[in-house]
Amino acid sequence: MSDAESPLDADLGPTEQDDFEPVQVFDDGAGMDLRPGADNCYKCTSCDTSCPVAEVNDDFPGPKFQGPEQWRLKRKSDEDIDDSIMSCSNCMRCDDACPSGVPLSQMHNTARGEYVEEQMDKLSTEYIRNRILSNYRTSAEIASKVPRLANFAMNFGPARWVMEKTLGVTSEREFPEFAEQTFREWWQERGGPQVRSEEKRVAYFHGCYSNYNTTEVGKAMVRVFEEFGYEVVVPQQRCSGTPMFANGMLDDAKRAAGINVENFAGLIPEGYDIIASCTSCSLSLKQEYPELFDIDGIQDLASHTYEAMEYLRIHEDLEGELADASVSDRSFAYHAPCHARNQGLDRQAVELFRDVDGVTIEDVGDSCSGISGTYGWKEEKYETSMKIGEDMFDHMDHAEGNVGMTECPTCSMQMEHGTGYDIEHPLQLIEDALV
Amino acid sequence: MPIREDVLVVGGGLAGSFAALAAAESGASVRLLSHKKSTLRQASGLIDVLGYVDGEGPHADPFAAMAELSDDHPYSVVGEEAVREGLRLFDEAVGDAYRGGHTETNALVPTHGGTVKPTARYPESVAPGLASIDGDALFVGFESLTDFEAPLAADHVAASGVPFNVRGATLRFPMAFRADAKVTRYARALDKNERVDGTGVRRALAEAVKEELDGEARVGFPAMLGDDHAEEVRRDLSDRLGAAVFEIPTGPPSLLGLTLEDILFDALDDAGVRMSVGNPVVDYEATDGRVDVVYVDQKHKRVPYHAEEFVLATGGLVGKGIRSNRERVEEPVFGLHVPHPDDRYEWSESAAFGDHAFARFGVVPDGEMRPTTERGEPQFENLRAAGGVVGGANTARENSASGVSLATAAVAGTRAGEEARR
Repeated sequence: MSDAESPLDADLGPTEQDDFEPVQVFDDGAGMDLRPGADNCYKCTSCDTSCPVAEVNDDFPGPKFQGPEQWRLKRKSDEDIDDSIMSCSNCMRCDDACPSGVPLSQMHNTARGEYVEEQMDKLSTEYIRNRILSNYRTSAEIASKVPRLANFAMNFGPARWVMEKTLGVTSEREFPEFAEQTFREWWQERGGPQVRSEEKRVAYFHGCYSNYNTTEVGKAMVRVFEEFGYEVVVPQQRCSGTPMFANGMLDDAKRAAGINVENFAGLIPEGYDIIASCTSCSLSLKQEYPELFDIDGIQDLASHTYEAMEYLRIHEDLEGELADASVSDRSFAYHAPCHARNQGLDRQAVELFRDVDGVTIEDVGDSCSGISGTYGWKEEKYETSMKIGEDMFDHMDHAEGNVGMTECPTCSMQMEHGTGYDIEHPLQLIEDALV
Repeated sequence: MPIREDVLVVGGGLAGSFAALAAAESGASVRLLSHKKSTLRQASGLIDVLGYVDGEGPHADPFAAMAELSDDHPYSVVGEEAVREGLRLFDEAVGDAYRGGHTETNALVPTHGGTVKPTARYPESVAPGLASIDGDALFVGFESLTDFEAPLAADHVAASGVPFNVRGATLRFPMAFRADAKVTRYARALDKNERVDGTGVRRALAEAVKEELDGEARVGFPAMLGDDHAEEVRRDLSDRLGAAVFEIPTGPPSLLGLTLEDILFDALDDAGVRMSVGNPVVDYEATDGRVDVVYVDQKHKRVPYHAEEFVLATGGLVGKGIRSNRERVEEPVFGLHVPHPDDRYEWSESAAFGDHAFARFGVVPDGEMRPTTERGEPQFENLRAAGGVVGGANTARENSASGVSLATAAVAGTRAGEEARR
C-alpha cells in the first residue's frame, strides 16, 4: 500500500460518483478533469454487456471504450475522438451497470460534444440534420402555429421522401401529431393555477412533447397534482437538453439550460419543487445539468427536481389512494424507459398499478425500446433502432394488455410504431383513477 | 411516511435477494434497494458452501468441516440448520436450472483458470464437466476469447490429480467478430444459430471441434453456449459431436452470473418483492434503538424509505459495504462496529494468498444476525445483516462466500419477516 495520500482513500462516502466533483487540473482552458472517473474503471466490461447498441451493432466499440479508454488515449497523445461516439444513443444504461462509480454517460457526453465541436463539418448534412432534430422545440413551435397543415405536410409522402434524401430523416416513421391547442395555450385559457397553496407548491417542467404533442399528459399532471392540493405553476421554459446532449450540441443545450435555470431556480426559495412528467427531462435536470454545466443555481435546480409520480410517492400516500380507487377494466403492457431506470424509477408504475382494481399491468422486460429520442429518426440508425426494439415488440405482443404504457415520449413513438398499440402515460391512469 | 414496507432489504446481491425472499415467505411486504445492477454478472454463478478451513482441503462434506471453524465464523453463529435453510431457499428459487441438491457432498467444478472448486450448487450446463465424473475431457478455447486459455486450464486440472485425461485446444471460432467481442456476442450467435459460410454456426463449430476430438467423452467450452436457448445449443452440439458438452464458469462478464441474475429477478418478482435499483442508501434515522427510516441518495436528494424491519446486505470490502481508509475500517450507512487492529500494517499478511485479517473485517452479529456494539449488545433492535458485510469469515480462502450469504440471509430475512408480522 502506498503511503501517498489519495483523495479516494480518504473518502468514506458510499459512492465515488456522488462525491465526484469535476476539478480543473490540466490547464487546457476547457473541459473538466475526468481522471478519477477513468481511474475507477477496472475493465470488468459490465457496461458493455448492458449496452443496447453494442448488442445489435458489431461495429460499435461499447461504453467502456467510449468513456475511460478513449479518455486515456486522449491524455497520452493528441488523438481525435473516434466517430463511433455518434452511434452511442445516450440511453445511459452503462451508468448504473458500473460497479465502480465511473461516470460513463458524463464521459460520453463530453467526448461527443468535443467531436461535434472540433471534428464535425458544420456544413455537412449530418450536422444540419442533427441540429434540426435536436432543436425539436424550434420546429414544433412553428408547426404548432398551423397544426393541421403541419400534420398533413409532415406525413406527406413526397415531402418525407425529400427529407430522407436530403436530410437523412427516415421516412419509415410517422411524425407525431401536433395538438391543435398546445398545453401552454390550454393553461392560459383555463386561467393558470386553480389551486393556491403556501405549503404545497410545484413548478411543472412539461418539456416540448407534452406541450406540442401529447397535451393530455400535461393536463393529467396538472389535474392530479391539483387534486392532491398542490399549487401548480408553469414557468416559461426551453428544451431540457436531452436531444442536444445525444447529438453533441452542448452549446445549444447550455443556452437552453441557462434559461431553464433562470426561470425555475428562483422559485425554489418560495417553496416550489420542480416536477417533470417526461423521465428524460427529469434525468437531464437532475443529472446531466450539474455534470456538464457550471451555471449559478444549477445544482439547486438539480436537487429540487423530481419525476411526477416519484414526487407523489414520496410526499403523498399515492399507494393508499390508489388502493381505494377503481377504474373500468384496462390492461397495459408497460415499458420502463432507460432514463427512468437510471433514476431507479423503472418499477414504480408496475408496483403501484398492479393492485389497482380493474387494472392489469405487465412489465414487458428490461430491454431498451431502441428509439432513444432522435436516434431512431436518423435514416442510418433506423435499422439499429428497430433491431434493439425487437425484444420489446415481442414482449408487448405476448403481454395480455393491448394498450402500451410508458413515461417517455419517444419510447411511446417506438412502441406505437412497432405494435400499433395506443400508448398512455402513467399520469393519465392516475387521473382516471383519482380525479 | 408514504414509501413504507414491512421489511426493507438494502443490497441487491445474493444475500440481499435471498433475505428478501426469506422475508417474503413470512407474508411480509418487502422492498429491495440496490445501488447498482446486480453484481452477480461479475460472479461465476457457482454456489459454494465450504471447501477449505484454515487452508486445508478440499473438504468433501462442508457440513462436517464446519465443526472446525472458529466460534465467530458466521456458520458457527447461525448453525448448520441455517445453511440448509439457505440452500432450500436457493433450490426453490432456481428450480431445474441448478444441480447439486441431491447430495450434501461438495461437487468438484473445473473453473476457467483450471482450479477445481468445491461447490454445493452449480448450473445444469456445468454438470457434465465435474471432476468427479469419469471420462476423458477436451477443453476448447478460442483465439479471440483471450480470458480462457484452454491448454493451460486443462494442464492445471490434470495436475490436480483428476482420475481422467484432460487436454486443451485453442481453435478459431467459425464466425469473426470484432477483436474484443464479449462472450455475450458469441452466445447470441449460437442462440440464433447465425449463418456462416452457408451453414449454421452451431454446425460449423461442431465440425471444427470434431477435427480436434480424439475419442474424449466430453467437451468443455467457456460459458458462452447460448442464453435464451442454451439447452438447445448444448444438445445440438452434443448430438453433432457424439460427446457430452459442458460449460466452464468464467470471470466477468459472466454468462452464468447473468443467467442467475435473471432467475433471481423473476423469483423476487413472483414473490411480490418490490425493487428500487440505481441509488445508494446513505443515511438513517433511529429512535429508542430502532431504525425508523433509511435515506436513499436520489441524485443529490434524500428520499426516505420506511419499514418495520431492516436487513443490511451491502457486501464486504470489495462490495463497498465495508470501507477502509488509512486510519480505520467502517460500515458507512449505520456506522456499525467493525473490529480491526489499530495498526493498519496488521490488516494484511505479506504473502498475497496469506490469511489476511482484512478478509474477515465486517460487523459482528448476534444469534439472529443483529450487528452488535463493542459491548456485544445489538446496535439496533430491528436491524439485521447478511452476506459479505458480516465479518468473521475469509470467504475467498474458504470457498464459502455464497453459503455465508445464503445462511445469513435465511436467518436475517426470516427473523425480519416474522418480527414485522407480529
